[in-house]
Amino acid sequence: MDLNYSPEEEAFRDEVRVWLRDNLPADLRDKVINYQELGKEDLLRWHRILAKKGWIAPDWPVEWGGTDWTVVQRYIFEEECGAAGCPPLVAFGLRMVAPVLLRFGTPEQKQRFLPRIYHGEDFWCQGYSEPGAGSDLASLQTRAVRDGDYYVVSGQKIWTTMAHYADWIFCLVRTDPNRPKRQQGISFLLIDMRSPGITVQPIILMDGSHEVNSVFFDEVRVPLENRVHEENDGWTVAKYLLGYERMGTGRVGVSKRELARLKDLAACTLKDGKPLLDDPRFRDRLTRVEVELMALEITNLRYLDQLRGGKAPGAEVSLLKLKGTEIQQAISELMMQVAGPRAPVFRPIDPDADFDAFTASLAPRYLNLRKTTIYAGSNEIQRNIIAKATLGL
Amino acid sequence: MDFDYSEEQRLLADTLKRFLADHYTFDARAKIIASAAGYSEDIWAAFAEMGLLGLPFAPEHGGFGGSAVDVMIVMEAIGEGLVVEPYLATVGLGAQFVARGGTEAQKQRILPAVAQGKAKLALAQTEWGARYHLHAINTRARQTADGWVLDGEKSAVLHGGCADVLVVSARTAGSDTDPHGISLFLVGQGTPGVSMREYRTIDNLRVADIQFSGAVIPREALLGPKDEGLPLLEEVVDYGTALLCAEAVGAIRYANDATLAYLKTRRQFGVPIGSFQALQHRMVDMFIDYEQARSMACLACVKVDTAEATERRRVVSAAKIKIAEACRHVSQEAVQLHGGMGMTEELKISHTFRRLTVIAQAFGDVDHHLERFAAAG
Repeated sequence: MDLNYSPEEEAFRDEVRVWLRDNLPADLRDKVINYQELGKEDLLRWHRILAKKGWIAPDWPVEWGGTDWTVVQRYIFEEECGAAGCPPLVAFGLRMVAPVLLRFGTPEQKQRFLPRIYHGEDFWCQGYSEPGAGSDLASLQTRAVRDGDYYVVSGQKIWTTMAHYADWIFCLVRTDPNRPKRQQGISFLLIDMRSPGITVQPIILMDGSHEVNSVFFDEVRVPLENRVHEENDGWTVAKYLLGYERMGTGRVGVSKRELARLKDLAACTLKDGKPLLDDPRFRDRLTRVEVELMALEITNLRYLDQLRGGKAPGAEVSLLKLKGTEIQQAISELMMQVAGPRAPVFRPIDPDADFDAFTASLAPRYLNLRKTTIYAGSNEIQRNIIAKATLGL
Repeated sequence: MDFDYSEEQRLLADTLKRFLADHYTFDARAKIIASAAGYSEDIWAAFAEMGLLGLPFAPEHGGFGGSAVDVMIVMEAIGEGLVVEPYLATVGLGAQFVARGGTEAQKQRILPAVAQGKAKLALAQTEWGARYHLHAINTRARQTADGWVLDGEKSAVLHGGCADVLVVSARTAGSDTDPHGISLFLVGQGTPGVSMREYRTIDNLRVADIQFSGAVIPREALLGPKDEGLPLLEEVVDYGTALLCAEAVGAIRYANDATLAYLKTRRQFGVPIGSFQALQHRMVDMFIDYEQARSMACLACVKVDTAEATERRRVVSAAKIKIAEACRHVSQEAVQLHGGMGMTEELKISHTFRRLTVIAQAFGDVDHHLERFAAAG
């Protein structure tokens, strides 16, 4: 057993770190580390910088722009991006619809969509959840009826992240409502957001942010060639994506950066004339989170190592999402504690008044991150997955 | 030992509950929050008419001689309805200073006006860097021939912006953390040298940063004994903390009721999600938190009226610890069990989450009260 990175891996880490230091725009980094909102142009700007370097899609095949890195290198890259304060990459195109096209798409679909995803020319969002289909995704009702060379799509998707930025949406729809099992009769469609009949309605979250939306489809015509894989076998595609995704969800690099920031804040905040960081009670809470993060990191590396050996990850990788999100939340909660009596302060009544926007962002961030244990498969569902698939319960 | 409400208390609870059900729907509240003032003068006037604003004050000052338990009933309703009007700031804090430590002239000037809904008060106590210690005061009051001059800053004063009179703690002697040398002053709105910056809070209330720059106040502005204001400050803050615990109980009750209803009606996988044992156990844990919170709020509200200082400190800190943990646990579980809907601005449950989050840290977080409880012996 050797838990050290190899010299080559360390050299790679250095290379990445230096490049990021030299190419991550300071204004974007500032927004990220100060919890300011990133707009569409911010996200695209970073995407295009990475695309120009050739580092935007490390896990794609080389012929489509991938980097041919090992799984450990991909992990190191993600960790360094997190540590450096890079804007997040929007996963829906790069890491969801792209893997789907690579695995299930026709040559025409690959040619049409992959380069545009790579270069940040098409912004994608994901149309999965519905008001009646959250954890029970297979019960989705959005209907797609065949009409000549088109599907006619009607229904509603909800919690659609960044649909208000998106050019394209990939959707699970019901093409046959008469199958015995609900998972049958589902198809995977690619839909142009400019199609007539699509309406995007913002859903405002409790921190005031606008990230998610409802997307209404009113007899939207979608060409048959926009279907990926067989009609009524879309659930196979969905399952593939879910399995594909589970490995990347620990966010260790980001949490390490957040924890360091938390320590800095606590060191500058006084309690009884001494830094809050030195308060034994506070220090204890912080230490426990730090230990959790350490355990998560090593577990993440251990699971990665299995991949390197060629073995597919088991359902136990759901724990990466579970623990990773709990750690994110714990860090945000400690930051709110640091803010202390200032925590509730949200916005000045006079919009031109200048105020400490950073401290005022700490409680809203705590509010916003409550979503992490709910989205991408709630932590309850992740436990069900482990119970069923790993433990056989 | 008797935990029952009296007939009058039951009547008060029912009247207020009915009033809020009719006049303080979630939609009505949304309009109030969006208004320029951020609270409703109509609701305030209705509170005056129902006797709520004068509830704890002596009859000779326009009040009804109510106990902390009487006010607890009001606070529970406020918590359940997420009422944003400055009741705690005025009745539970500001006016309490006058009632307990004021001269007869001060009482006559202020308390009847409070009871009639004509005066709002706020406690301007916390300062930057002080966290939760009441004796950490830097704002200075310099005595002059005619009165006092105030210099300093107060941070995040609850409902400071709409207060007609501020109760300001300032140092008349001693160093920054000296428990002696603290005095209390009544500062009227519009006093020159007092400027404010108002903020909306995450739970849709208003706070104000208040700056005193050479603010001149008359001799009669002093409330209570010079240099020895800390005991009264502690007493009133403990009273307000006990009331805050009661507000939390009401909000927790709503959170539990809403979550239980959701578990029974939301269907996934062909069944109500409340049929899943894992969720049932978590709902039970929320119920247990409510029951214990309710017990501790009762204890705190009884003791703030009857106990001497050390026991009062112990009980209030214990209650705040228990309730803060209940606030945290129930609020987090309520959102999680509601799924995505729990995250939205549109639903009352997220507003309740925010109020419980703020209450958990208000007047001292868990760590502060753990220390205070231990120090109280």
